[in-house]
Amino acid sequence: MNESLLRRAEEALLPPIVALLIALILGDVLILLFGESPLHVYGRMIEGAWGNPYGFAQVLYKTTTLTFAGLGIALALRAGLFNIGAEAQLAAGAFGAAVMGIILPAATPALLAVPLCLLAAAAVGFLTGGLPGVLKTKFGAHEVIVTIMLNFVILALLNWVIVEHLRVADTLHTAEIRAGAVPRLSEFIPAFHGSAANVTFLFAMAAAVWCWWYLFRTPGGYALRAAGLQPEAAEYSGIRVGRVWMKAMALAGVLAALGGTNFVLGYKHYYEDGFTGGSGFLAIAVAIVGRNHPFGVVLAAFFFATLSQGGLAIHALVPKQMVEVLQGVVILAMAASVPEVQRAIRGARKAVAA
Amino acid sequence: MSSHPIRMAGIDKSFGPVRANRGASLDVAPGEIHALVGENGAGKSTLMKILGGLIRPDAGTVEVNGGDVTGWSTSDAIAAGVGVVHQHFMLVPTLTVAENVVLGNEPKRGVMFDRTRALADVNSLIQRTGLIVPADRRVAELSVGEAQRVEILKTLYRGAKILILDEPTAVLSPPDVRELWTVLRKLRDDGATIVLITHRLDEVIDISQTITVMRAGATVGRMKTSETTPAEIARAMIGRDVVLSAPLREAVGGSAATAEHALAPVGAAVLEVTDLAVNDSRRVRVVDGISFAIRPGEVLGIAGVEGNGQTELVEAIAGLRDIVGGSISVSGRDITRATVKERREAGIAHVPEDRHRRGLILEYSIAENLVLGAQQEFSRYGLLDGDRIEEHAREQIGKFDVRPPSAAPAARTLSGGNQQKVVIAREMGRSFTVLLAAQPTRGVDVGAIEFIHRQIREARDAGKAILLVSAELNEVLALSDKVAVMYRGKFAVTLPARDATPEVLGPYMTGGKSRDAA
Repeated sequence: MNESLLRRAEEALLPPIVALLIALILGDVLILLFGESPLHVYGRMIEGAWGNPYGFAQVLYKTTTLTFAGLGIALALRAGLFNIGAEAQLAAGAFGAAVMGIILPAATPALLAVPLCLLAAAAVGFLTGGLPGVLKTKFGAHEVIVTIMLNFVILALLNWVIVEHLRVADTLHTAEIRAGAVPRLSEFIPAFHGSAANVTFLFAMAAAVWCWWYLFRTPGGYALRAAGLQPEAAEYSGIRVGRVWMKAMALAGVLAALGGTNFVLGYKHYYEDGFTGGSGFLAIAVAIVGRNHPFGVVLAAFFFATLSQGGLAIHALVPKQMVEVLQGVVILAMAASVPEVQRAIRGARKAVAA
Repeated sequence: MSSHPIRMAGIDKSFGPVRANRGASLDVAPGEIHALVGENGAGKSTLMKILGGLIRPDAGTVEVNGGDVTGWSTSDAIAAGVGVVHQHFMLVPTLTVAENVVLGNEPKRGVMFDRTRALADVNSLIQRTGLIVPADRRVAELSVGEAQRVEILKTLYRGAKILILDEPTAVLSPPDVRELWTVLRKLRDDGATIVLITHRLDEVIDISQTITVMRAGATVGRMKTSETTPAEIARAMIGRDVVLSAPLREAVGGSAATAEHALAPVGAAVLEVTDLAVNDSRRVRVVDGISFAIRPGEVLGIAGVEGNGQTELVEAIAGLRDIVGGSISVSGRDITRATVKERREAGIAHVPEDRHRRGLILEYSIAENLVLGAQQEFSRYGLLDGDRIEEHAREQIGKFDVRPPSAAPAARTLSGGNQQKVVIAREMGRSFTVLLAAQPTRGVDVGAIEFIHRQIREARDAGKAILLVSAELNEVLALSDKVAVMYRGKFAVTLPARDATPEVLGPYMTGGKSRDAA
């Protein structure tokens, strides 16, 4: 038993580590092209991300959003569905939380206001995620197309609402919420002073634990994974695959939407148009690199957050696009090293060769 | 050509802790049809994958036409004229038959794919070999038997001189098998060397000149077909005598065991099907007004060439296919519109014909597969009860003799026969009143067939109503009380088992005769 656990851990961890090494080497070449020393540049990155409490807290802040969105994608993938809509789900969740926070009277106690704001975000996520699930089950509409298109629809809709109705003059954001703000981590750890890291980080960790528990310890998760692995076998056993899909997409939407509260409840205290900045898409990489395992997602989110935060520290040395290129290299190397992807590639190759 | 086309010696291959081959050998003479036999998990497929270049051996040598080719690749093998027809189809379902056959060697006009020539080439190959398939049909629309023919055509199209067929007859009807034999003999006479992996000893006797027997990863025997008997082969395969039912005994030659009824079927019908009509995915009527009733302790066997609606009939009863007309009831309760789950609760157990697609979640462990569909019952306070699932697995693994006897491995890692035992254990290891057994012994070895047949008989004796569908006529005859032949969505004939013989049923199976259900 112990041995098999070791083997599984090795199986899970080896590919990303190898991929990381490949990415590092490719990164070396890039850095050398700019006439800098790789050691120096990487050193600065690590220093910027982990070398000081502020940087580290910023990493945690970024980890929070990516974890929620990554969980939303991973959970859907476990059911065999590709949720490309996390970007809009993040924004919609943030907007829902912001509206709730603005509506609530300022005197609302936090113990009531925070759950209400989270609930508002979750409800919006439930709808935005659930809709593609319903369309897929009832009409066979492919969830990839629907979620991609919903990104445009929802983001455009939010942009219109903000610009036309809800913005504070000369800005692209709403008024500040009156209730529902959560404390920053710096209130408990003074060294984090100035960082946006806040209590929603703990919510994200709790969400990861919940996802793990749900997927691997409950009959619902058992059915969800079965439907994802072999829908026909699941159907045969009496699992209603269509319902599982609807549930999984709605849950995915809820998880991703909760990621939006990191910004609204924990950081700026208002909804700002365009704040997501592609996190919902980066979260796809987070889910894949994390191998759709909730704890893998946390690690991958932490890794990509580190890359992003560390990237800020090397702007002086190399062009800032360098970090994005490096991120792309990591995603490619990791994606290629993930067994699922390898299997898909092998399968495709075999089908062509045979 | 003085050298042997295939000579493999001392082959070792391990997958993790599993030793699939240990010192296996194979020696095939030119221009012969060579049968490679052995139980599921004996290492036949592994040995052939090594020959075909899919995997490398850990030790040993592979020689083809006298040259050492140990550890070569699939493309090397194809170039050398070694073609493998796999048990699991490797076809692109969205392409046509012709496109699949030429894939990788497409005829071109300039840089463009020459569709007309591809079609003409493939049609002429079809004419030449007698492997009849509509060349312009999409593979997704073919029956399993037709898809199998496409696989063989594909290999021939590439000019394979050494042809390896991994259980090619598992999906074929008896007439199709005879056609295949004709094709293989013709190919052999044209100079091809053929290695045939099979479980069916009657086929081995029919077609092969030489036999290699494998057991537990090693080669345990090599004999001339003309100098051996099915009983001797079976003994070499299993390492002991086999007990099979009468019609199978004829084929295998084991010692006798009669299939006597402990109880005669009694009482009112448990499963009643009335005027059932079902369409396939192309909206073609494939089950066309079928009615029957099965009483407790009774086995209705459905024989017939595959693709005559048997699959759809079973799936409709199991709740996996929309019903266009008619009704189904179990123990007097109408389940025509019930969900799969409700049907299971009404007492239906279902051994599906395709264990890889429907019967198992291949990535799930054996223990998890054993509770598939019952995951709610194995939960407490909304949590899966790991201890009970594990305990249940240990119990069922012991009772149904699943090997290796361990609950943790993924179902994917088991051999075909043991995968089927897991399905049987799950379906028959719980309480049920009606058993739908579709191709229950497809692709499993003689030992597992014996075991599965015993399970079905015990269920019958325990008063279960059993619907058995099998492409294996012998199996239908061995187990059934009543035999029906399905042809083009209807029962061509229904007979009591004592009146059913291959000679009587044959004409009905091919549509030569038809009579209203008796």
